[in-house]
Amino acid sequence: MTTMAKLTLTTEADKYVVVKRHFAAPPEAVYRAHTEPELIQKWLLGPDGWTMPVCISEARRNGKFRYEWTNAKGHGFHVTGEYLELEPFSRIVHVERMFLPDPTPDNHVETRFDPDGDGTLMTIRMTLPDAETRARMLATGMERGMEASYVRLEGII
Amino acid sequence: MQTLDAAFSALSDPTRRAILARLAEGEATVMELVEPFEMTQPAISRHLKVLENAGLIVRRLEGTKRPARLAKAGIEPIDQWLGMLRDALAKNYDRLDKVLADMTERKDTR
Repeated sequence: MTTMAKLTLTTEADKYVVVKRHFAAPPEAVYRAHTEPELIQKWLLGPDGWTMPVCISEARRNGKFRYEWTNAKGHGFHVTGEYLELEPFSRIVHVERMFLPDPTPDNHVETRFDPDGDGTLMTIRMTLPDAETRARMLATGMERGMEASYVRLEGII
Repeated sequence: MQTLDAAFSALSDPTRRAILARLAEGEATVMELVEPFEMTQPAISRHLKVLENAGLIVRRLEGTKRPARLAKAGIEPIDQWLGMLRDALAKNYDRLDKVLADMTERKDTR
């Protein structure tokens, strides 16, 4: 279990980004941790020092979500999105965009939770409108969970 | 960030990624790249131009040839950047590991 690489982040073709990660918990738990606000708030925080005071997640078809992050200096940013498809506890399809403060192009994301031994293999496939957008996204780190590091890195805060 | 933008843009093409992979093995001329990639010389030259402008390769003059090789200075920031993205994600998922451990321990709380 500890022998496999924990996280892989790869690009596919010209507009996909694929992230894979194994978790030592069943798909149901991992799925819930991605859809229930009180669970999301505990981990989707990026680098140390950030909290998510606002977490709205309407986990149903066409439901909306909104995550707002802030740090001790009072800086912040947010992401909004819509759930397009939800198949408990195996698959989520959503679109999201990040406000920096201008909105980034929509990122179309499919997240799969597949049984993997005693745990779960999570596969996130992001589809950007085109290669240019993906290049920009990777260069600006807008992907979920990467935002804070980007903001910090760029000295915006 | 300008440099990274250009670099990622250059990397968005599969042929150019393959050329970089080839150059990771060592310097090559346009003619040496034409064969394995089954592309015309002008096509390869165009790709090399993009890679050169993005700072990912450097070329030197050797008679009429201009062999290309990887530019460490251009590749390293990308490596570091992707490393940082991985680290930020890794941090989230390490936290999620703990959340999941809590959930599976106290399965009956919700």
